[in-house]
Amino acid sequence: MTGQIVVQFLTGLASAASLFLIAAGLSIIFGVTRIVNFAHGSLYMLGAFIAYSLTQRLAAGTAYGFWISVLLAAFVVALIGVVIEILMLRRIYRAPELFQLLATFGVVLVVQDAALWIWGPVDLMGPRAPGLDSAVDILGQRLPEYDIALIVISPVVLGLLWLLFHRTRWGILVRAATQDREMVGALGRNQAWLFTSVFFVGAFLAGLGGAIQLPKGGADLLIDLNVIAAAFVVVVVGGMGSITGAFLAAILIGELQAFAVLVLPESTLVIMFLAMAVVLVVRPWGLLGRPMGEHAPGQAAEPLLRPATPRARLAWAALIGLLLVLPLIAEDFTLTLTIEIVILALFAASLHFIMGPGGMVSFGHAAYFGLGAYGAALLATTLNTPMELALLAAPVVAGLGALVFGWFCVRLSGVYLAMLTLAFAQIAWSVVFQWYEFTGGEDGLLGIRRTPWADDRIVFYYLVLAACGVAIYAMRRMIFAPFGYAVRAGRDSRLRADAIGIDCRRFDWMAFLVAGAMAGIAGGLYVYSKGSVFPDEMSIPRSVDGLVMVLLGGVQTLSGPIFGAAGFTWLQDEISRLEYWRFILGGTIIGLVLAFPQGLGGIWRQIEALIRRRRATGIEAGR
Amino acid sequence: MTVLEVRDLYKGFGGVQAVAGISFGVAEGELLAMIGPNGAGKSTCFNMLNGQLRPDGGSVHLNGRDITGLPPRDVSRLGVGRTFQITATFGSMTVAENVQTTLIAHHRGLRGLWRPAAALHRDAAMALLERVGMAEQADRACGVLAYGDLKRVELAVALANDPMLLLMDEPTAGMAPGERVELMALTAEITRERNIAVLFTEHDMDVVFTHADRVIVLNRGKLIAEGTPEDVRANRRVRELYLGESAEAG
Repeated sequence: MTGQIVVQFLTGLASAASLFLIAAGLSIIFGVTRIVNFAHGSLYMLGAFIAYSLTQRLAAGTAYGFWISVLLAAFVVALIGVVIEILMLRRIYRAPELFQLLATFGVVLVVQDAALWIWGPVDLMGPRAPGLDSAVDILGQRLPEYDIALIVISPVVLGLLWLLFHRTRWGILVRAATQDREMVGALGRNQAWLFTSVFFVGAFLAGLGGAIQLPKGGADLLIDLNVIAAAFVVVVVGGMGSITGAFLAAILIGELQAFAVLVLPESTLVIMFLAMAVVLVVRPWGLLGRPMGEHAPGQAAEPLLRPATPRARLAWAALIGLLLVLPLIAEDFTLTLTIEIVILALFAASLHFIMGPGGMVSFGHAAYFGLGAYGAALLATTLNTPMELALLAAPVVAGLGALVFGWFCVRLSGVYLAMLTLAFAQIAWSVVFQWYEFTGGEDGLLGIRRTPWADDRIVFYYLVLAACGVAIYAMRRMIFAPFGYAVRAGRDSRLRADAIGIDCRRFDWMAFLVAGAMAGIAGGLYVYSKGSVFPDEMSIPRSVDGLVMVLLGGVQTLSGPIFGAAGFTWLQDEISRLEYWRFILGGTIIGLVLAFPQGLGGIWRQIEALIRRRRATGIEAGR
Repeated sequence: MTVLEVRDLYKGFGGVQAVAGISFGVAEGELLAMIGPNGAGKSTCFNMLNGQLRPDGGSVHLNGRDITGLPPRDVSRLGVGRTFQITATFGSMTVAENVQTTLIAHHRGLRGLWRPAAALHRDAAMALLERVGMAEQADRACGVLAYGDLKRVELAVALANDPMLLLMDEPTAGMAPGERVELMALTAEITRERNIAVLFTEHDMDVVFTHADRVIVLNRGKLIAEGTPEDVRANRRVRELYLGESAEAG
């Protein structure tokens, strides 16, 4: 018994090693550049793949060859990181933080397809580390020798990083930059060099993390998003920008998972995110983090929010008219696509509701879409609930989820809030994914049929249009009603809102509830449009889809998310038949962010301003 | 009648006693200035009065009601208006909407989900803006105003919940000298006509001696002098503090 506990403890320490490496890299990069690098998991994945290829070629089967391969892989990944920094991030350091995030997600997609193209779709088994390929006996239990190597590696790396940050000029500069952003600006020309070198070190650590776990986990195309979620958890639990914090958090998470396997194997995914939620509620800035200023990502100077002008109303009327007559003129597949667009427009509008007026960025909005979808689907499959009732239940289920998750989330702000939303979304996802008997796990729930009267595509189209139209209109009304003003007041100035008697936390919570319930309506309709539901509907990529729609459409405008949803869904539909569609999508996102760092909504405003100026000069000239 | 009654207030941060036993009161229609060198404990004291900080000891009473340790939003609801050293307004709203939001909050109408807020309390908001001289700019965004104008908006916002007490932290900081006198004259006028008690901190001695009815002087967390501007100006300890004059050796 003791033997088992000791060995399990050591296994936990071993799995903490690669978590620590990737989290340390993520933390260093965030500390200095304030970029939440979604692509960090991709760098880790590349580390694993490159190390695999190198171990096949470099003195295969010798310990010397293995370790050289690992280090070389980390070095190559570091260079890739530098290329990403120079070609992409350097151009958008001044853009809103969310756009930087979006660009790094573009990199995730590009790398996914690049890896698919180079290494193929098959999971690769990692080679065993020569010389460390047997197991040792500990109190009657066996522990792989390689685990001992891993246990040794992380404190060694922590020590080396400590020396780097405390004994070199560069390290002192990095620490200073992490603590004082204004100092970074004062560096002038050196700033570009500092950022690039920080990216080099961060990417090196990610690559090393991927490479050293190769003998244990191998290399596959899914580890990027799985590991980035875990790395976010470790960084947030440890405290953004704190390497020692990341070390402690990695051990905490590694141990929790190691022992969760013994008690309840299905809980391994959930336990990590639960730990994060608990830590954030008790210590909102992580174990060793320091409070950040009252600054939420993507919060530039907010422009005035104005009701629609007569011309805008006319445009809306025209659009609605077109949608109403669409079944008369459009073919089946156009109608199907439009149904999807309208549903996702509601999803995007609900995300915009908390992001725009609420100023709370959610990385996990798919949770509520998925809760609505699974709520409706489970009612239909297990209780034979009719469609009408299931559709009404969807927002209730999602709203309840939002009420519970939101209660925790509104206690935080900025990046921490965003990370917590991601954590909750991952909890919901892992429950659905791992609870096979109830949710069908990966196989999803199939055969959800519409009520006979709505079975016809055209009838269902009008149903979707009416439900989503009413929901979107209702949110619009709320934004311009006192409730919306109260929410915006809390976003604009907490201090002032408090001083005039507004309970900001309560209003944020209510906004969360509204957004969640609305996303739930979208999720319920989605299930009945597809006839099935899969865990993908609440996964990270679905959440990011929502972010892309809102950000491309423009956070500042209310119509933005609707057009963002239309453009994005159409594009995805156009390219999804191609083999490397992720590459195209990722490339498009990166291109758009680089070309229009203020968002597509921003361009529209620029054009408008230009027209107004021209007209003004025209009037003057006419005088 | 005493509106604000502060008794024996204490607050420490780590080893530093920022406020070490302060007592004073502010009466209806009275402008009380709180002065003192940097680090004297003015801001700490101020933030305990409206609930941003919880005192370690002592009590704060508003119209005889104990408000010690209540959060800012509750203090506000009991009739306390607040302006900040660095103005805090809602940048994504117009000047009028800033005041309207406050009025809606004051009338407990913030839960409304359907009727547009733009039409609510518009007249009352315009009347307040008229009073502070900002009516012409009512439909401009708060984010683009000149700093002096922003201070006026903040005054209108602070008055919107019909307060019996106004707490103004450095109301004229960051303003040009001419504007300072104007703003304080306006404040004095309004508070007298509404019979509001005002407590303000200030660095500009001209402003203090021109507009305050009474002055309290803080140093190292303690009250060292209290009285009319003339009394305080003549006070030996205050002169030592501000002018470095030492009347007696040692």
